[in-house]
Amino acid sequence: MSELVLDRLRKEYGSFVAVDDVSLHVREGELVALLGPSGCGKTTTLRMIAGFIEPTAGRITIGGRDVTWDPPYRRDTGMVFQSYALFPHMTVAQNVAFGLEMRKVPRAEAETRVRRALDLVRLGHLADRLPRQLSGGQQQRVALARALVVNPGVFLLDEPLSNLDAKLRLEVRVEIRELQKRLGLTTVFVTHDQEEALTLADRLVVLDHGVVQQVGTPEELYEAPANLFVAGFIGRSNVLRGRVVERGRFVTEAGLALAVPTDGFEPGAAALALRPERITVIPGAAGNGVSGRVALVTYLGAATEYRVTLDGGESLTASMATPRPGDPLKRVGAGDVVTLTWPAETCRLLAPDRGAPTDEGGS
Amino acid sequence: MAPAGRAARLKRRAGRWVLRAIAALVFFFIFIPVIFVVWISLFQQQIVSFPPEGYTLRWYENAFARTEFRDGFGLSLQVAFLAMLIGVTSGAAAAYAIVRFRFPGREALNTLLLGPLVVPGIVAGTSLYVYYIMVENILDMDFRATLHGLVLGHILLTIPWTVRLVSASLIGLDRAVEEAAMNLGAGPWTTFRRITLPMMRPGLVAASLFSFIQSFENLELTLLLVGPGRTTLPVAMLNYLEFRIDPTIAAVATVQIVLIGALMLITDRFVKLSRIV
Repeated sequence: MSELVLDRLRKEYGSFVAVDDVSLHVREGELVALLGPSGCGKTTTLRMIAGFIEPTAGRITIGGRDVTWDPPYRRDTGMVFQSYALFPHMTVAQNVAFGLEMRKVPRAEAETRVRRALDLVRLGHLADRLPRQLSGGQQQRVALARALVVNPGVFLLDEPLSNLDAKLRLEVRVEIRELQKRLGLTTVFVTHDQEEALTLADRLVVLDHGVVQQVGTPEELYEAPANLFVAGFIGRSNVLRGRVVERGRFVTEAGLALAVPTDGFEPGAAALALRPERITVIPGAAGNGVSGRVALVTYLGAATEYRVTLDGGESLTASMATPRPGDPLKRVGAGDVVTLTWPAETCRLLAPDRGAPTDEGGS
Repeated sequence: MAPAGRAARLKRRAGRWVLRAIAALVFFFIFIPVIFVVWISLFQQQIVSFPPEGYTLRWYENAFARTEFRDGFGLSLQVAFLAMLIGVTSGAAAAYAIVRFRFPGREALNTLLLGPLVVPGIVAGTSLYVYYIMVENILDMDFRATLHGLVLGHILLTIPWTVRLVSASLIGLDRAVEEAAMNLGAGPWTTFRRITLPMMRPGLVAASLFSFIQSFENLELTLLLVGPGRTTLPVAMLNYLEFRIDPTIAAVATVQIVLIGALMLITDRFVKLSRIV
């Protein structure tokens, strides 16, 4: 396994910048997820690492070797494609053996390694089948085995779970993580699914419009998003726009004054991000807190969500553990007056310049 | 509810029967000439008339005994095989370029290569005849009534089919499969040989079959390019018809039908034709 370094990697298509000076250091044995909406440049970045796209500028090194201008077949990467891309005219075993054949591994050794790789993904008994005779999940595991059998320096996964149904996706996800940990694979994983990224990755890279928005562990990204885009893309956030008026004080556009940690913020325009599950809903009008009326109650099983219209007209969504029978909260419905409270330190002030993620742009 | 449901079911069933009847009728229309040719080839009397006075195999005997048919058959096989070989190879290469690369005049080239399908055979044949005379004068080499002249002409027939069929098989090919091969260490040539070519196989097989048939049964384009001692089977049949109308010609046609039918069946065992064409 080797470390992977991207140094100001850039890709332009005419005047369109697909990947805008992305720098990243993936440590040995680390799993890094590239996360972002479609068209954010994550797949382009992955394809540049694999060598299918030539960068406009920047450098790629794998295990200290500069591979920026090497063709794909001279790079030490193992890639799993979104469509699996199995060779349809070869059996499962021949598919897995292909990479070893290209590396001129002696036949006896190759056979052993193919068998071991197939056992690793629990497909030893299907070695003589053709890909089209397998289910989606099985094909996916063949693709994994085929990429892993050559012991690649870097393991690349391009939305490998997006063609599987929900239940299978969870299974294969766990399987990939286990394999990756066990084999200590340096891995780059592309996905648009934040849950997938949060549960799989050691670190996440959030991309938007080709620009790295934030790099960090799942917890760092969730607890301390660097900007409104990340706050909205990783988990959900309530966003209140307004101004910092003085140290520790934030006033929303509707005129609601809130106590907020303002470290690093001068008085002026700002946006406040608040996670729904940090907000507590108290039935009726209580002294401390922000009051409003419930607009909508959504039962989600373990949790219940309350959409509350504040007195000033702004809205907040609160997520509470579903109240048990007898709890006064149980009787709260649309139109009722409630009070919302939250610990001041869970509010996070962010620069107001970037909007929350939108659905704009194609794939 | 129940009567309405029954009415709907009856209507659906009636619809299905109408569809079947139409399908059967269409098939009957398509196959009627074939059926008649085979039937007539067995008639006893020399002048075809109905009903037949009896049945005989002597027309087949006659067909095999006549040198013009034997030689014609041999030459047609030879020409069809060579035209198929050269036409499919070059047509497939052209299809690959058209599908895979972006270059100026790509669309024009695509249309041009389908051209021979549009030009009436007799027009193309006449043009080729005139063209061959010109080329003969310049190169001091025979083209009319030669094997290579015929093969060159027939390659024209094979190109449109090949370009169409091979293009279709290339368009349906997932590029990620080739990328996967490269990712595993295969260079461009190895990727083509081990991955792309095998995946193009159904298209190539179908193109070969149709090219062969196109060349083997062609009459119009060939008419002016043959000469004494070098006549393809369809032209030999036409010549024979000028002087005689006996079931020999039906016997020859039956042999041809059986040959082509067998080729299609054999091909279908390897590549499902219904999936390609």
